[in-house]
Amino acid sequence: MPQVEPVTQKQSGDPNRRSFLAGLLAAGSATVGALLAIPLVRFTLHPVLARTTDKSWSDVGKVDEFQNLDAPVKKLVTIEQRDGWRRTMTEKPVYVSKDAQGQLIVLSAVCTHLGCSVPFVEKERRFICPCHLGNFAPDGTLLSGPPPRSMDRLETKIEDGTLKTQYQFFRQLTHTKEELA
Amino acid sequence: MSADGKESKSGFRAWLDHRTGLDSLLRHTLDEPIPGGAKIAYVFGSGLLFLFLSQIVTGVFLAMYYVPSADHAHTTVAYITKEVTGGSFLRSIHAYGSSAIIIVLLLHMTQTFLYGSYKGRRELVWVAGCVLLALMLGMAFTGYLLPWDQKAFFATTVGTNILSEIPWVGNGLKELLRGGTEMGTLTVSRFFVLHVFVIPACIFAFVAIHVYSFRKAGAAGPATEDPVSPKLPAETFYPKQLVMDMGFATLIIVLLGLVAYFWPMDLGPRADPADTQFMPRPEWYYVPVFQYLKYWHGSTALLGILVIPGIVGLLLVGLPFFDRSLERRPWKRPISVGLFTIVLLGLAALGVSSYRQDMRNPGVAAQLRAQQEATKEFMNAKFEPELSGSSLSAQNVALSNPEAAKGKEIFEAQSCNACHGDNGVGTAAAPKLVGVGAKYDAARIAALLNTPSAKMTAGGMPPVQLKDDEMKPLIAYLQSLN
Repeated sequence: MPQVEPVTQKQSGDPNRRSFLAGLLAAGSATVGALLAIPLVRFTLHPVLARTTDKSWSDVGKVDEFQNLDAPVKKLVTIEQRDGWRRTMTEKPVYVSKDAQGQLIVLSAVCTHLGCSVPFVEKERRFICPCHLGNFAPDGTLLSGPPPRSMDRLETKIEDGTLKTQYQFFRQLTHTKEELA
Repeated sequence: MSADGKESKSGFRAWLDHRTGLDSLLRHTLDEPIPGGAKIAYVFGSGLLFLFLSQIVTGVFLAMYYVPSADHAHTTVAYITKEVTGGSFLRSIHAYGSSAIIIVLLLHMTQTFLYGSYKGRRELVWVAGCVLLALMLGMAFTGYLLPWDQKAFFATTVGTNILSEIPWVGNGLKELLRGGTEMGTLTVSRFFVLHVFVIPACIFAFVAIHVYSFRKAGAAGPATEDPVSPKLPAETFYPKQLVMDMGFATLIIVLLGLVAYFWPMDLGPRADPADTQFMPRPEWYYVPVFQYLKYWHGSTALLGILVIPGIVGLLLVGLPFFDRSLERRPWKRPISVGLFTIVLLGLAALGVSSYRQDMRNPGVAAQLRAQQEATKEFMNAKFEPELSGSSLSAQNVALSNPEAAKGKEIFEAQSCNACHGDNGVGTAAAPKLVGVGAKYDAARIAALLNTPSAKMTAGGMPPVQLKDDEMKPLIAYLQSLN
């Protein structure tokens, strides 16, 4: 203790001034620190805030080959997904079918119940999910079983005689179709 | 805030102090006596500490996106630079931070030297400081490779090749550092580990030794002060010196921020080991060494690369052991101050002559300009995500399009694959064509095939003359490569 006292007395006459300065320095450093933290926070939040929402069109096949469709046919579409600095190309199964008006439709093969892959069973003339036996008509309409809604239709367009679709994922177990990113 | 000089402690502060002794530690730190009082000349040491902390923080954040492998390093740095919010800014702060450290280090060393502050039982402070200088240069060297662009690759190739000039162990050392005889993905991993784990750990240790031995010996004060038993009235570190130090730190970060914002650090095209034209030029602080090494080859190499730097290094590190006098005033130490000035001026002269040599040789100047152009072009191009390895191969995708499938046959019939590789993946003889469709539209590809650019011709690309019904599928195939 006696060693500390003379030093304390030498450097400052007024302790009030000293602690005011300390407060000022602390506040100043805190402000500068907070300012410096802004770019760091923005940098970290980038993948969370800057979602890439651009959807891409995948080729399903030539329209001609679906003209005389009497049962849904399975097609693999190639979809491109962004994953940070890389992109992945994967194949997803879809069914090309016709709606009541005879228009071409593309159905996601993902079951609206729990997400199993639904095959079309030729013999029964309907889609039957192998997991919990959800049944769907050839145009995807729900017939029976636990699924909460019909099979999900994907956006389509025809370009230069080629049927294209926008592959998407939808939330399971909901009555309405909700897009997932 | 009591008037009796002792600060009254609130409950929590007292509780914490009883358990940590924080108050006495803080008081010990802040009440460090400085003979002769606070001075602007003393701010460089803490400025360096601040810069080192800034490098750690920005480095940790950059590591959130960076991948240390030859396959992904360049893509991830491009992603940080071109896509991530504030990424270019953070990377610039980090990259320019290394230059800032070298500048402040030189100022700190020069101040210490001119003030004779290494004298009077301060050998350890000086030696630890020299080790820190070497470690910081090591950080700059290892960090430079990590973006894996052209200049990083070739500058590090040259930098590591210098090692093999060391007799007996040189080649072994080089291969150890590279993780093989050639530069490759193992080199990136090794440099990353050195840059992120090994060297920073050593820096922590030597900063501790440096600061501890400095506090043990005490601040030396001005050049007129007795280095062993100071006589000038002392002033404590807090508040004046602390305010000056904090002011300097603020100045550093503001300057760094302005430079990073207005002149962001660029990134060149991805390293292409097959490039035979590229002329690597090191960062400015390595240019004097780079120029110096040009003068030594053949039988004199040993002298120039090992003996002379060894002597200079020994003189520098051993300074407080050779120079035992307690005289600190620079004008009374003509020999050591003269030598120090000669070395500094020599380094500056080497740097200037390197720059002038480059500018005087039209071939070199043109190549360096072309490299700058290539960097600018790459920086202006949109970020191209990398196709993941687990994806469908480019080949399968191409074949789903009949036109492209026909184009693939033409690609092979024309022997394009002989140089550009099967599926256009590229070989040592010619660049990859994967992703060319994203870069150019069909018309531009057709034009380039008909009349290749000067750069392509120089690389051995012949003009491709095909009829329309063959050209179209070929272009469709090229565009499908991604």
